[in-house]
Amino acid sequence: MSLVYSEEQQLLADTAAEFLMAKSPVTAQRKLRDEGSADGFDAALWREMVDMGWSAIPFPEALGGLEFGCKGLGAVFEQIGRNLSASPLLSSIVLAGSVIELAGSEAQQAEWMAALIGGDKRVALAVDETPRHGPAAVALRARREGAGYVLTGTKAFVADGVGADAFIVAARTGGQPGEQGGISLFVVAADAPGVQVSPMKTLDSRNHATLVLNEVRVGAAALLGAEGEGFAALDAALDRGRVCLAAELLGSTQSLFDTTVEYLKTRVQFDVPIGSFQALQHRAAWCYAHLQLARSAVMAGLAAMDDPALDAAARARMASLAKWKAGDAAHRISREAVQMHGGMGVTDELDVGLHLKRIRVAQASLGDGDFHVQRYGDLSAVEA
Amino acid sequence: MSTLEDFRRETRAWLEANCPQSMRTAMPDGELVWGGRTVEFKNEDQRLWFERMRDKGWFCPDWPAAYGGGGLSPEQNAVLESEMRRLRCRPPQINLGIWMLGPVVLEFGTEEQKRELLPPMARGEIRWCQGFSEPNAGSDLASLKTSAVDAGDHFVVNGTKIWTSYGDKSDWMYMLVRTNPDVPKQQGISLLVVDMASPGIEARPIDLISGKSSFCQVFFDNVKVPKRQLIGPLNGGWTLAKALLQHERRAMSKFGEFSLPTHFDLLSIAGKYLPAQEASSPADVALRQRAYAMAMDEMAYSLTAQRMGEEARARKNVSGLMSIMKLVHSEQEKDKFEVLVDVLGHRALGWEGEGFEPQELAITKAWLGSFAQTIAGGSSEVQLNVIAKRVLELPEGNPASAGKQGK
Repeated sequence: MSLVYSEEQQLLADTAAEFLMAKSPVTAQRKLRDEGSADGFDAALWREMVDMGWSAIPFPEALGGLEFGCKGLGAVFEQIGRNLSASPLLSSIVLAGSVIELAGSEAQQAEWMAALIGGDKRVALAVDETPRHGPAAVALRARREGAGYVLTGTKAFVADGVGADAFIVAARTGGQPGEQGGISLFVVAADAPGVQVSPMKTLDSRNHATLVLNEVRVGAAALLGAEGEGFAALDAALDRGRVCLAAELLGSTQSLFDTTVEYLKTRVQFDVPIGSFQALQHRAAWCYAHLQLARSAVMAGLAAMDDPALDAAARARMASLAKWKAGDAAHRISREAVQMHGGMGVTDELDVGLHLKRIRVAQASLGDGDFHVQRYGDLSAVEA
Repeated sequence: MSTLEDFRRETRAWLEANCPQSMRTAMPDGELVWGGRTVEFKNEDQRLWFERMRDKGWFCPDWPAAYGGGGLSPEQNAVLESEMRRLRCRPPQINLGIWMLGPVVLEFGTEEQKRELLPPMARGEIRWCQGFSEPNAGSDLASLKTSAVDAGDHFVVNGTKIWTSYGDKSDWMYMLVRTNPDVPKQQGISLLVVDMASPGIEARPIDLISGKSSFCQVFFDNVKVPKRQLIGPLNGGWTLAKALLQHERRAMSKFGEFSLPTHFDLLSIAGKYLPAQEASSPADVALRQRAYAMAMDEMAYSLTAQRMGEEARARKNVSGLMSIMKLVHSEQEKDKFEVLVDVLGHRALGWEGEGFEPQELAITKAWLGSFAQTIAGGSSEVQLNVIAKRVLELPEGNPASAGKQGK
């Protein structure tokens, strides 16, 4: 398991850096916010990303993918984080696409993969119902009726839910909330009767939605995988999302850190650059150390997703490590970035605040630090 | 190239034939063999392995044969090291002289000094210790005061050195002394080698909060040191000291490869001492969560070591990564033992005797020992200064806060 990017992966990272800096810098995200974009991203930019092949990176060739792995994807997400670029790459490709790849039948894959990879359709993954992430806490009911199912319940915080063509809904067909068994995955069209999507205006100005399903009828063909056995595929797809989000967090944190160190060198008070004060130097040095630890954890998480020698538990452990440590470093460094920028740090004029807000959302998404620490520990206990 | 392959084959065969099986296992702390005037062996295999490697010249494989070394080229030396790693051979002896002083004598010593000092070192006959720190010169090493005054054909040394590992068991010391007090502090320092049996030297072991230790304070009272024992130029010792410290870092990383420090597995110990999940109070749950997070940070550290190795092999600049390793590891160890002591509760409050399990007592000692880790070998504060200056390139502040050496 290699913890550095290969030459090809590095090349992709460089291309992504160049492209995003030109087409989707932080100023572009600021503009999206100020215009109150409903999608939270620029459709034309997303089209260009698709044309560059980013949406095909993680999938097998047989499904129209590039088989370039999560590490390749990570190289892109790091740059996405640096530029705060918004796109449905995480929601529609990494999360929804992976569920269909991992749990879908051939017919379902044929129906969706090409459309997702081609950017013609957008699918959002609807899992969470409680304020904090908990894929096993699913309570939304799906009851059998005739050959199909009827779904009723509410999903919260569905990323890129506004404007999605369909949702992959995790629903309970058996067992109790909190249990991994009894969860089934359904594809639900956004225009099906009883589906109601309302935007949640989140602090990172991205697209999030509340999804209400009121007696929504779906056919048997909407069920992905076996009834009641959806959790494994769901969790594997979430793990891919977690490591990509960790890479995004790493990129965003790196950018904040670089900006802050630069500020320490140029901001003059008491006739000297404030970076000459040891009180700030030591804190900056600690930030650097945690950033390095986070980078190692993220690289290991990305590499674990691509490593066929690892079992699901080992992969899950590394994904949790990556998401936790990236979030931990992001938390420390974003707080320091604001503080070290002084009064300017709390103004909207600087990008520091935009990073801080996105980091807060990304930290909470797909499991916060507490969630992943517990998950890592539980998985280790099983192993021991 | 083919000759190097021949060398690999021969070396492998020789090691297979000569390295006793018991010397191919990870080495517990208590089984180090220290070269010196009196070498202690725990068993016959240790003695055999010591003597065979010594006779081969492989205590210092890449030193010139003229000075008792093995005369290997750097490439051959790398082959030998990789073959020893492959067979998991222990180092036949531990000797600060070979690892640290030797390379400096080779680079800076006179021909006479090389002929006098190196061959006995290469045969493992002298146990060396290091006299750098002083009670008033720790992080600010260059402010050292132990004086060496010119008295014709010899120096007279007065002062004291502290934190000298095995000062009471060593045969010779290499030490930094002040030979000129009237110039900026780095410019008045010299490097001497001194026979610990010289009249006027006394080494006293230091008891630590964790109990007995290998550290000593060494006192020098009008000790005569012949002038030929000055290594490098008079007042040119600071440059040599920096070279020595670089060899120290290399030696330490090598040492780490072989030795098997007692490892306490946080997760399994937490599993043993904390109540089962179902029986846990919220406080137990919170503590378990802290133990998990600590284990994760440890994992992130070992992944960082792995990544640094990979990047170094890819010829990337790893000086930034290298600069955080000591800081992170020692601070993590401290945090980890705090968590372990919490997990063990009153089982971690024992000092000795029957009432406590050996592992419990070991954890308590290791917790107390961990406090030294963020101080010894460059305190955390010094490490942070180094990261701020050399890696982040933050501007110099006033001398006191920047840890600047000299004026």
